[in-house]
Amino acid sequence: MFPRPIEKSTQIARLAYQTFLPFALILWLLPLIAIFLTSIRSAKDINSGNVFGWPSEFALIDNYTAVFTQSAAAQYMLNSVLITVPTVMISVALACLAGYALAIYRFRVALPLFFLFVAGNFIPFQILMVPVRDMSVQTGLYDTIAGQFLFHAAFQTGFCTLFMRNFIKALPFDLVESARIEGVAEWKIFWYVILPLVRPAIAALAVLIFTFVWNDFFWANVLTQGEAAKPITAGVRALNGQFVNNWHLVSAASLLAAVPPVVMFFLMQRHFISGLTLGAVK
Amino acid sequence: MSDAAHQPQAKPNWLSRNKLAVAPWIFLIPALIFFAIYVVIPIFESLWLSLYEWNGLYTADGESTATWVGFGNYVKLWDDPNFWTSLRNNIAWLVLYMLAVPLGLFIALYLNQTVTGMRFYKSMFFFPFVISQVVVGLIFGWFYNPDFGVVGTVWKALFCEETINIVGNVTFTCSRPAPDILSSPEWATYGIIAAGLWPQIAYCMILYLTGLNNVAADQIEAARLDGAKGWKMLWYVVVPQLKPATFIAIVVTVIGALRSFDMIAIMTQGGPFGSTNVLSHYMYEVAISEYGERYGYGSSVATVLFGIMLIFISYFLWRMYQDEKGGR
Repeated sequence: MFPRPIEKSTQIARLAYQTFLPFALILWLLPLIAIFLTSIRSAKDINSGNVFGWPSEFALIDNYTAVFTQSAAAQYMLNSVLITVPTVMISVALACLAGYALAIYRFRVALPLFFLFVAGNFIPFQILMVPVRDMSVQTGLYDTIAGQFLFHAAFQTGFCTLFMRNFIKALPFDLVESARIEGVAEWKIFWYVILPLVRPAIAALAVLIFTFVWNDFFWANVLTQGEAAKPITAGVRALNGQFVNNWHLVSAASLLAAVPPVVMFFLMQRHFISGLTLGAVK
Repeated sequence: MSDAAHQPQAKPNWLSRNKLAVAPWIFLIPALIFFAIYVVIPIFESLWLSLYEWNGLYTADGESTATWVGFGNYVKLWDDPNFWTSLRNNIAWLVLYMLAVPLGLFIALYLNQTVTGMRFYKSMFFFPFVISQVVVGLIFGWFYNPDFGVVGTVWKALFCEETINIVGNVTFTCSRPAPDILSSPEWATYGIIAAGLWPQIAYCMILYLTGLNNVAADQIEAARLDGAKGWKMLWYVVVPQLKPATFIAIVVTVIGALRSFDMIAIMTQGGPFGSTNVLSHYMYEVAISEYGERYGYGSSVATVLFGIMLIFISYFLWRMYQDEKGGR
């Protein structure tokens, strides 16, 4: 193990390490802590300049309720869910199929097609912006929930396929071969042999895509206009305009926008990290 | 069908003979169609559109009003100072964002211990990556605020004297005025990059923590017996073993740097005076602005960004190709 485990050092070094750790954490999360403290203050404190001292009163519930009652935050949150959940389902399903095809079958264009998905996943959004926006306007998908999740699902299919293909490629190929010798149909091999084995990959992709799409801001701006279809990320910016100088409300709203991915992360931490770090070890 | 029934010993039909050639396409088709419609075809449309001038409108009978200008948009781009500022800022992002890789490694080294509660600390250090860049942008926009943000408050504590006037209002007299980072054309970009580094360092850290978990213990022990320690051990024994993690960290950092849009849109909207624009934001600004849509010109900016990205993408794919060849 590197660096040398602290248990093997002197008592003093160990104690120093353990005392310093919480301070390091507070320093690292200082911006976040500061905004949280702001979100539980009352307007009075902010206006009188008491931003870091002890709050004169705690307005946690007041502020967070105000965000919901004085703005369309609830609508934005709902929109985010309605955009994110179908995206996860479609892109992961498509990627299971495509990843299976690219990992199991040996055909000449398998590698070029795989690279197409990989490359598509790295391109800048701006190169897609005008045609996708124009297409959405033409088909009536502009400013709708469906217009957003269809695009996200297609785009995220690239990443999901990359992930699935590598995951399936790492499974023992004998499984497929022996099933074929038994005369099992190809789709049955996929359904009964491979699919149960890729469950961890599905879980990892689901949390990752959820987070990526929930946090999307660019497409929310490109593909929506009004409140009806805006997700919370774009909504928070709109609130930012609405709550000018009401920093306690702005910060409460931003923290609310961050809650679902954070909850997701803490619930499925293992899958989340294994998904993000796939390929970081060989 | 009836033929097959009459000749039981005949060859199986075409489909079952070519089962292994047809099956992959059936599995691939849904993803391919979807991906083609929303990703592959739009890329070419954008490239093509960058040779036109178009405000996004159609005539009554559905014809596009775009007019062909050839390389006119690129000629205009060459003389556009905002374009060059954006490109310069993109380079600043690329270079400074790379700091996330070594910094992530150092935090990972610091956290790679097994004292009680370590799991909690690791996930809390990773926390900034999970929240959206919009929120990170808002947090830092407020953090930098010279009046009541963290920077302003610390500054007041260091350089200002508090005076209370007769009415009871608190005023501050400062030996130096608190810096308004995001309103300064020279510093705003660096302020945004620093904010962007926060989640990116967390990402690199988690990559390295996973990598460190898999460093071969016997090699470390062997090197220790040979007297290697500290920096030498890190550089000659540990870092080479972290190569896959480093590669991914570099890939995601390059992509992240070139994709930076959210924070700029939230923190400065490219201002003051376009000084914090990057190509991705500038493209959005020219393509969809209050002064009318300029799809063609925007597409030419996007094409330049795409070209830059393509250099990196080709390199990544080449590396992956080498691995694939070696792998099987």
